[in-house]
Amino acid sequence: MLGFALRRILVAIAVALTVSVASFLLLHLSGDLATAIAGPEATGEQIAAVRAQHGLDQPLVVQFGTWAWRALHFDFGRSFYFPEQVTDLVAARMPVTLTLGIIALAVALLVAIPLGVLAAFYRDTWLDRAALAVSVLGQAMPSFWFGLTLILIFSVNLRWLPVSGNATWKHFILPAVALGYYAMPAVMRLTRNGMLEVLSSDYVRTARAKGLPPRKILIRHALRNAVIPVIALAAVQFGFMLGGSIVIEAVFSLQGLGQLAWESIARNDFPVVQAIVLVLAMIYIALTLAADLLNALLDPRLRS
Amino acid sequence: MRKAGALVAGLLLAGIAGPALAAKANDTLVYASDSEPENLSPYHNNLREGVILARNVWDTLLYRDPATGQHQPMLATAWTWVDPVTLDLTIRDGVTFHNGDPLTPEDVAFTFNYVLTPEAKIVTKGNVDWMKSTEVTGPHSVRIHLKAPFPAALEYLSGPTPILPAAYFKKTGLDGFSKAPVGTGPYRIVSVESGRSVKMVRNDKYWPGSPIGRAKIGKLEFRIIPDADSRMAELMTGGVDWIWRVPTDQAEQLKSDPTLTVVSAETMRVGYLQFDVQGRAMENSPIKDVRVRQAIAHAIDRKAMVDNLARGGARVMNALCFIEQFGCTEEGVPTYAYDPAKARTLLKEAGYPNGFDIDLSAYRERDYAEAVIGYLRAVGIRARLNYLRYAAFRDALRAGKTSIGYQTWGSFSINDVSAFTGIYFRGGEEDLARDPTVIADLQAGDTSTDPAIRKAKYAEALKRIGAQAYALPMFSYPSNYAFSADLTFTAQTDEVPRFYAASWKK
Repeated sequence: MLGFALRRILVAIAVALTVSVASFLLLHLSGDLATAIAGPEATGEQIAAVRAQHGLDQPLVVQFGTWAWRALHFDFGRSFYFPEQVTDLVAARMPVTLTLGIIALAVALLVAIPLGVLAAFYRDTWLDRAALAVSVLGQAMPSFWFGLTLILIFSVNLRWLPVSGNATWKHFILPAVALGYYAMPAVMRLTRNGMLEVLSSDYVRTARAKGLPPRKILIRHALRNAVIPVIALAAVQFGFMLGGSIVIEAVFSLQGLGQLAWESIARNDFPVVQAIVLVLAMIYIALTLAADLLNALLDPRLRS
Repeated sequence: MRKAGALVAGLLLAGIAGPALAAKANDTLVYASDSEPENLSPYHNNLREGVILARNVWDTLLYRDPATGQHQPMLATAWTWVDPVTLDLTIRDGVTFHNGDPLTPEDVAFTFNYVLTPEAKIVTKGNVDWMKSTEVTGPHSVRIHLKAPFPAALEYLSGPTPILPAAYFKKTGLDGFSKAPVGTGPYRIVSVESGRSVKMVRNDKYWPGSPIGRAKIGKLEFRIIPDADSRMAELMTGGVDWIWRVPTDQAEQLKSDPTLTVVSAETMRVGYLQFDVQGRAMENSPIKDVRVRQAIAHAIDRKAMVDNLARGGARVMNALCFIEQFGCTEEGVPTYAYDPAKARTLLKEAGYPNGFDIDLSAYRERDYAEAVIGYLRAVGIRARLNYLRYAAFRDALRAGKTSIGYQTWGSFSINDVSAFTGIYFRGGEEDLARDPTVIADLQAGDTSTDPAIRKAKYAEALKRIGAQAYALPMFSYPSNYAFSADLTFTAQTDEVPRFYAASWKK
């Protein structure tokens, strides 16, 4: 188990490094960074000053090395745009994104797990097919479109909920639903399949034969076993949602990490983008790692 | 994304229920825009959103009446040119900053001398680098020394050069100042929430006699809402009272909502085709031939583009400047009517009876660029679109890597031709023609203090740029504003919403 864990952690570090190199190179593809930072009205002289000031005149390898060394010490430098340290900026926006992600995940699980259980129990009935339809729709709809549709129904027409911002808890409802819907289908299907497998197993048949009530069989016997892989999947989905919140945060004007990332890309605010990509990648990698280790712990066959 | 937005807009309108909640009741005007200025200090951001805050929170030495174009006293009560490089100003007595400090000539001298230092790291350098230094010459007077004669000086002193509080700024430093900014203007900032909002209240101690007058609305709030559809939804639900830059198709739909007012107003931004006149972008570039450039000018129906694409408030421009800018004139400038037959003849004369392949780069209003490509195709010019981010676009043009660029320029809202034509034809990095005659004329116009000479020189330059078709001016851009029907608001071509002048309808 220890060897397996070590291998996994090494792979995770390699992934993190690749992600940071890739994000570093990608940003250099969108034209001269110094021109972008200096802004549309800058003169050649000002652009040259910016280039020198931010070390953009150094070779790429040197630039990356400098950045990576500082990043290891949690120093992502100063934002090109805001007069602030990147670490402070990211720390200030992080809670909004995490709050949104946690609520969205809770919404997804609260809907997906019962729906998956019911779909499995009422297999091949209209309920099963309806659940399937809901999940297909969730995967097919672009999240910004779904978000705007929610705004249209619940804010503009019904006037129940605010359109944008993060002033109160009410502001989180629509974005969390929009984001949660994104994670819901996979969880729902995994629950359904797990339940189907468990329901056809011998011990459930035994439980049935003993005359236990269906609810008891479902919750106590079947769900407990079926839900284990779901927990691992949920961890991964949470990571996905942190990335997916970029669009949702823009639509609902939530000042989280996603929106900061989006705007920083548009402004070529290089240090901020790099820090966010790295932080999100690290969270994602950590979650995946945790899920892998958890699975391996539960299922010894995966360790080989 | 934009199509989906229009679709949602349609749905929104179809299902609208009840009137929007007007903020008239609590006397708060909430306006929303998409971007956040990096720093609220007016010299440390170059965003339009920053300019809006600056105009409502800070005063300038002079004021330019947007209706008449005349310069009037503001923080300076009088000014005289001692010589073309020395300007004396009398500073008004009895003005106080929002923190209670009285305005003195020291504040003026500090502001200008500070922003000129490299340590200040201001981002609007082009707006102040005509000044050499400023000195206090008496209890109520300052003297500005210029680097060279600069006739547009008064224009700059009435716009992008607000006066900062010296003592307060020195105490707080730039970082502290940007978190709690202080000015002398009609509104004072009471809270700054990064990424979210800036809240302002009316400055009740605003100095009497200001040409802009006291603000009429008690509270002002700027909200940052990046998504255009969300901004529109907020407007329709009464969450905000004022938005702008509404895409034309959505503006049309918003007009049917009785609780909203939609205004399409002209702006100083002008779109134009910039040609790689020296033919650096391709071997034997057809663009080097004046007849080819003229053919392109005749091939494009700019009037039709104004009527069908740009719409509300836009006008065809023939001279390479915005027509209301000082020194901008269409007199003697060829107009290049839409005439595809003539375009084909010119191409034949230039030796391209079957047209040619060429690239065209653009960075915004993709639909405009595509329309241009359609018109060019109709006369045989097969243009390929390179749609780029602005930085890459600008690099490509400067380095001579693209043959035609669909450019736009807003002149920083400076009402003087030097802020437009000079940037692109005075021999600087952006100058792709490098015509010595044009350079000389523009230089003479930019540095003369005699308005008559300036006008004559600019007219010469604009005439030659037009005749040689070094660039093809397209049209001025409109901007669509949508706001609560309870609000009285007037839009200006300089794209500076003057909220201090807005009021609630009785």
